Amino acid sequence: MADTARATGRARRSPTAPPPSFVWTRRVVLTLLSLFAAAPIYVMLSSSLKPLRDVTGEFHWLPSGLTIRPYIDIWHTIPLAHYFVNSLIVAGCATLLSVAVAIFAAYAVSRYRFRGRRVFTVTVLSTQMFPGILFLLPLFLLFVNIGNTTGVALYGSRGGLILTYLTFSLPFSIWMLVGYFDSIPRGLDEAALIDGCGPAGALFRVVVPAAVPGIVAVAVYAFMTAWGEVLFASVMTNKTTRTLAVGLQGYATQTEVYWNQLMAASLVVSVPVVAGFLLLQRFLVAGLTAGSVK
Amino acid sequence: MTTTATGNVPPPAGAGEAGGTGGTGKSGPGARRSARRRPRLPGRLGRGALPYLFLLPALVLELLIHLTPMVVGVVMSFRELTRLYIHNWGEAPWSGLDNYRVAVDFDGPLGESLLHSFLVTCLFTVVSVGLSWLLGTAAAVLMQDRFRGRGLLRALFLTPYALPVYAAVITWAFVLQRDNGMLNHIVHDQLGLTDQPPFWLIGDNAFFSLVVISVWRNWPFAFLILTAALQNIPREVYEAAQIDGAGVWQQIRRITLPSVRPVNQVLVLVLFLWTFNDFNVPYLLFGKAAPDSADLISVHIYDSSFGTWNFGYGSAMSVLLLLFLLLVTAVYLVFTSRGRRAEDG
Repeated sequence: MADTARATGRARRSPTAPPPSFVWTRRVVLTLLSLFAAAPIYVMLSSSLKPLRDVTGEFHWLPSGLTIRPYIDIWHTIPLAHYFVNSLIVAGCATLLSVAVAIFAAYAVSRYRFRGRRVFTVTVLSTQMFPGILFLLPLFLLFVNIGNTTGVALYGSRGGLILTYLTFSLPFSIWMLVGYFDSIPRGLDEAALIDGCGPAGALFRVVVPAAVPGIVAVAVYAFMTAWGEVLFASVMTNKTTRTLAVGLQGYATQTEVYWNQLMAASLVVSVPVVAGFLLLQRFLVAGLTAGSVK
Repeated sequence: MTTTATGNVPPPAGAGEAGGTGGTGKSGPGARRSARRRPRLPGRLGRGALPYLFLLPALVLELLIHLTPMVVGVVMSFRELTRLYIHNWGEAPWSGLDNYRVAVDFDGPLGESLLHSFLVTCLFTVVSVGLSWLLGTAAAVLMQDRFRGRGLLRALFLTPYALPVYAAVITWAFVLQRDNGMLNHIVHDQLGLTDQPPFWLIGDNAFFSLVVISVWRNWPFAFLILTAALQNIPREVYEAAQIDGAGVWQQIRRITLPSVRPVNQVLVLVLFLWTFNDFNVPYLLFGKAAPDSADLISVHIYDSSFGTWNFGYGSAMSVLLLLFLLLVTAVYLVFTSRGRRAEDG
């Protein structure tokens, strides 16, 4: 019922048309913002279809000739496919694990009153504010030393990167899912408990199905975080485990930068996350609305 | 949503328990037989180990990746941890407060460059957060009502935020190239504003480039959060205002902006922390040679740590940075919360 009230509330439509001053402000401001947002995207798109001589000389709005050559060359200039696979593995695993861990943690925080509950939520959230650089150095040393003493290669491996990335999205994921779970009536999972589902049964048969939009939003966020991370990727990877974040720098050689290929590659690596985000941003907005943004 | 959920409740009890965790045994069949009106289930389970079991994975990971390294970082900052001891840092000699002394000795070369970097970062953060918040608010408020093309526009606005940061910064680096970039094509070739095409990635201009890129990436986030927040304002409030004769601008000033103030409190804080700690944009834009005007603190610490392999000094600077952020956050929260309470009262 709260949902229907919200649904009507979101569409604030005044029966009388807004005054011209408002309409014109809206037109001007939104046009300027569109230009600001779109200009670099246009450069990326158009330059990726230009021959090399177009991007080394003076800039022109239109290509002298359209070519898809850069989209073919990007795969040979550097081992792009290899980096792509690395990024997919790392971001995919980090996302799956992060969402799973967050679901359990959020369920505990949302449904149980236990000692240390507040300490836990505050601590987890406050890790968000730590500068990455603060734990980069110790984590680097920890991983190196764990490798030296136990032989478990975390430094330079995908596993180390997955572990690190999954904790990056964890605080936000837990926070958002707690808000989402809180909005699901308790009566539902209590009924499931009475009917003999265990707590895990109640979680997976009742709460999780009802929270799918929130979980999807969290997954998108986790994937974006892992896909775009640079700092740890630049320190924690080696030649074989290098991800896109580091690998793309390979298009700049000593003598020349292949800007058209660089733009094409940037576009190609952006498509999965941008498409996913734009398709699912509805859920993210809904999740934020249901969650603690109040 | 609710219909699918309740549809799942009735099935045979055994199936649900099979997948349950070890803790289910205690609460199982007995509770079901004596189905009292007030089962007090959560309370009883809450006393058990179950919630902790659910939290365990998150706890272990937070401990391993965040808290342990933080403690290690603080310990490192008290040691003379130079490149000799990287592989065996337990051997590094204790140095007391020496690393901190070097960092805050603003007459020495290291302390002076740290202070400079800190001030640049402060200025950068204030400008970037202010602009991001302003643009995000403007767009969210102006797009609150439906109009044709709103969905498309929203997608366009969110794209910069969705792009992986390296793709975005690489594109901007191309836009800002002196000889073949788009910006100089507009400024120099088409508008003729300058005699010579200016450099945007070195010298003082680098600061503005950094701000522009940072705003370009962050304002959609403010827009997204505020869009979500605006959806929570009940429609009746606007209708009532309209009946009372309030125009659109008055509605924005009297209803829309005040009601998102609590969201703004969190939003500005988050933007501040992200921007102040931002490593990606300056690192990708300038590599290891950030110009003085754009020497942000994260890159500064990174460069001096991995450039000289003096991790002890790097950790000391990180700890100082964290202390500063904690202080600012605490003051900010006290200040903004008090302001709000005074207004309510």
